[in-house]
Amino acid sequence: MRNRNEYTYDVLVIGGGPAGIAAACAAAPHARVAIVDENPALGGQIWRNSFPARQSHPSGPWHNRLQQTQATRLHGLRVFDAPAFNTLHAEAPDGLHILRYNKLILATGARERFLPFPGWTLRNVIGAGGLQAMVKSGLPVAGKRIVVAGSGPLLLAVAAFLKSHGAQVVAVCEQAPPRQLAHFATSIVAYPSKISQAVQYRTQLAAVPYRIGWWPVTAHGKSQVESVTLTNGARRLTLDCDFLACGFHLVPNTELPALLGCSLHNGFVAVDSLQQASVPNVFCAGEITGIGGLDKSLIEGSIAGYASTGQNSPARKLFAKRNKALGFAAAMERAFAPRPELRRLPAPQTTVCRCEDVAHELLQQHDSWRSAKLHTRCGMGPCQGRVCGAATEFLYGWPGESIRPPILPVRFDTLAEAEKPTAQH
Amino acid sequence: MSSNCDAIVLGAGIVGAACAMELAHAGMSVTVVEPGVIGGGATAAGMGHIVVMDDSPAQLAFTHYSQQLWHVLAPQLPPAAEYETPGTIWVAADEVEMQEVARKQSIYVTRGLPVRVLDSHALLHEEPHLRPGLAGGLLVSSDAVLYPPVAADYLLQQALSSGASLIRQAALQAGEGKACLANGDILSSPRIINALGAAAPSLAPGLPVHPRKGHLVITDRAPGFVRHQLVELGYVRSAGSGTADSVAFNVQPRKTGQVLIGSSRQYNAHDKSVDHQILQRMMQQTRRYMPGIDKLSVLRTWTGFRAATPDKLPLIGPHPADPTLFLATGHEGLGITTALATGKLIRHILTGSGSEIPVEPYLPARAFHPTTETAHA
Amino acid sequence: MPDAITITVNGAPVQVPSGVTVAVALTLLNEPCRTSVTGQPRGPLCAMGICYECRVTIDRISNRLACQTLCVPGMEVSTHA
Ligand SMILES: Cc1cc2nc3c(=O)[nH]c(=O)nc-3n(C[C@H](O)[C@H](O)[C@H](O)COP(=O)(O)OP(=O)(O)OC[C@H]3O[C@@H](n4cnc5c(N)ncnc54)[C@H](O)[C@@H]3O)c2cc1C
Ligand SMILES: Cc1cc2nc3c(=O)[nH]c(=O)nc-3n(C[C@H](O)[C@H](O)[C@H](O)COP(=O)(O)OP(=O)(O)OC[C@H]3O[C@@H](n4cnc5c(N)ncnc54)[C@H](O)[C@@H]3O)c2cc1C
Ligand code: FES
Repeated sequence: MRNRNEYTYDVLVIGGGPAGIAAACAAAPHARVAIVDENPALGGQIWRNSFPARQSHPSGPWHNRLQQTQATRLHGLRVFDAPAFNTLHAEAPDGLHILRYNKLILATGARERFLPFPGWTLRNVIGAGGLQAMVKSGLPVAGKRIVVAGSGPLLLAVAAFLKSHGAQVVAVCEQAPPRQLAHFATSIVAYPSKISQAVQYRTQLAAVPYRIGWWPVTAHGKSQVESVTLTNGARRLTLDCDFLACGFHLVPNTELPALLGCSLHNGFVAVDSLQQASVPNVFCAGEITGIGGLDKSLIEGSIAGYASTGQNSPARKLFAKRNKALGFAAAMERAFAPRPELRRLPAPQTTVCRCEDVAHELLQQHDSWRSAKLHTRCGMGPCQGRVCGAATEFLYGWPGESIRPPILPVRFDTLAEAEKPTAQH
Repeated sequence: MSSNCDAIVLGAGIVGAACAMELAHAGMSVTVVEPGVIGGGATAAGMGHIVVMDDSPAQLAFTHYSQQLWHVLAPQLPPAAEYETPGTIWVAADEVEMQEVARKQSIYVTRGLPVRVLDSHALLHEEPHLRPGLAGGLLVSSDAVLYPPVAADYLLQQALSSGASLIRQAALQAGEGKACLANGDILSSPRIINALGAAAPSLAPGLPVHPRKGHLVITDRAPGFVRHQLVELGYVRSAGSGTADSVAFNVQPRKTGQVLIGSSRQYNAHDKSVDHQILQRMMQQTRRYMPGIDKLSVLRTWTGFRAATPDKLPLIGPHPADPTLFLATGHEGLGITTALATGKLIRHILTGSGSEIPVEPYLPARAFHPTTETAHA
Repeated sequence: MPDAITITVNGAPVQVPSGVTVAVALTLLNEPCRTSVTGQPRGPLCAMGICYECRVTIDRISNRLACQTLCVPGMEVSTHA
């Protein structure tokens, strides 16, 4: 039998991205705190493989702050169930970890939204953040021709990152209509840090065409992508490439809060001013309460960390900053909303559910996610709808389904052990 | 609005769909009433094991007859119905259970079923992932497996293409020749069939049908890990218990290569959520028989409600208190297996066509005693 | 290759840079991670443990996520489920 580990903390933080790190930093001086993440190291999406980093890196001060606390770091643990009062179960390569808490802070972040179009299942068609993560994990891209397409501020960040690693970024194509984006550009005047970041990306990408109002319609290739056709609705353009890095902004990882019974609003966890969710003793911070980027995650994480340990006055001092970040998040949500034309991207035979290879034409015959799922196997594979769920919601207007344990695939013995009988059996 | 037809079928689970198909094939005008996804009730939760069982002579006759109907229908089912005939192995842990193997074998042989007794060695040969040291088993090679919601949809499509119609509404009331729907419409018919599964009492108060909750677990694809449906013979004891919660080793190979794992039975459990205690007991029982299953990856767990009756036989036929109301419910853990036979019996009862098996054991009148009625009031 | 380590992919020994994930190694070798249920070759999509497109058999344990697993010398990777 594999290991069985049990821990109890005053404050348990799930998610080791900026929001979780900030939460742990704020709570740790006043409580026994642990921060849990499924990756081999903390950092989340943006600070992946850069935590710890050089002192000049934005994560540097946070790393130092966390170092100075007694917070326990638990890496490589994937939380999959919430089987009993104030208890979570996580799986690691060595087996089951049972995590008990008094207060819980969820900062599980976001994933990319993927939308199906012909050819999107070819190899080397990969998420924009996905390709960035691959490069951070050692994939050399020097000299590779890469088209970055889809939506969201992530596209520019990724393009700049790829270029700095020697890639030949052929084009960056943002689906949002120019007018929608112009509004956004004016509205971010209120956020100087965002402007300087945008200017920085644009400078880094000086020679790279940034096509606003363009989106991919077909990826071509035999087994891996060789070129991609893009359109702006009026014209078409085909570009040769070795990789198509493509994601349509972000969707929150709300499976764990939903399993715990936290109310959602418009797909995000609903929280009060102290970041408390509808379930007692549960706080939520970062992308799961609204896609807002680094500043919002850090501020909300800090508020949650303070509030979870009763430090309400330092928490309140951050409200003004948070309001600003929320304003930016709202502007971003509007700016990068997927345009209706994207609903027409899949051809009848285009695969929508990649785990079970379910085609668009089969799904169109159904009127709900559950009907489609039961009759076509859409969403029944190992990703459990994490990829196709966001697509079917956008394409067909189907809200997702109720959540059940395990929220991630786990080994049979982990789940069987997890359910270890209590004394009466 | 009000409309007339020869028969109304309430509920499009696999049982209602089979009834609708038979009645439509008999030339009746049929209206099916179902608010949800076709086959989205217990039918979507069930394992889809098409199995001959012999708890009683009536159960044996019914399951065997229905299984033969499935064998005939099988070539017409769409591929997504995932119909296969892997057979069942009733696994005997010890010599006591081997006596049950012998008893079962003698009964199945008299019905002409293809059975083979396996000793300890032969059992491991058939199923290498079982724990060594089990006493043996009985292989029944005619038992099948299918994917119930798709099969239910196929049956309903047969009904619709023979002229039946489908109304996507919930029925709020049924009886005295009328069914009232949630949108205010009233349907009239001299024959209203309640095929609501475990929800049947909601439209037939006093019906002695109880929900019996079950849990299932499914793994990722692991082709060849299990080759037959494997059921412990201890199951005979646990499924028989009328009150206590129970679990049994019961695993099924899906055509996809996935392993579907049952089974649990709980009374007085009405909420759909996964009960970690009983799930744990079920999984621990599975590991005791198949230690190697530890390494497989679990994708999902879910629950469903069987419609249980006091004597473990379904209720098929007229409601004793209302000659316009007919019941097709109470199939407990065998409604997938016996859906087709239920359709045939309903057709026989409503049209007077001949029946290949006697209907008496399944008629609802037997279950309506004053005592049970008050118990459910 | 500086700092190369040897792993086997579908039985054949290959050299990959040390410190990379299995998903990166397979991409460098131009190998799909898996074959989909209708027979299409697939590679990583999300690279963050969400999509399960990168699942491979590692040291005879199936369904491991290549994007979440670092290569170690002697590791046996199989892309045929
Ligand atoms: C793929 C991707 C790439 C991105 N790249 C950039 C970029 O280059 N620049 C930029 O400005 N912004 C980027 N972003 C946006 C960035 O995520 C946000 O700006 C911000 O960092 C979010 O912080 P967070 O703490 O809320 O979430 P995250 O940083 O996403 O952290 C959440 C953490 O929780 C972990 N987790 C989730 N569920 C579980 C579980 N059940 N068990 C254990 N651990 C779990 C996740 O693995 C992750 O490490 C990216 C986003 C994504 C999805
Ligand atoms: C865990 C588990 C495992 C099982 N395994 C097997 C097995 O291996 N083999 C086997 O043969 N059987 C098995 N069964 C039993 C089998 O699933 C059921 O007996 C069978 O599905 C019953 O079908 P049904 O059509 O009667 O009920 P249901 O499928 O529940 O259908 C009833 C329908 O009525 C509808 N309805 C409800 N209320 C109304 C209303 N007011 N108006 C209109 N419609 C309404 C519902 O929406 C539903 O679609 C299992 C059951 C469970 C729970
Ligand atoms: S690439 Fe998506 S899980 Fe590995």
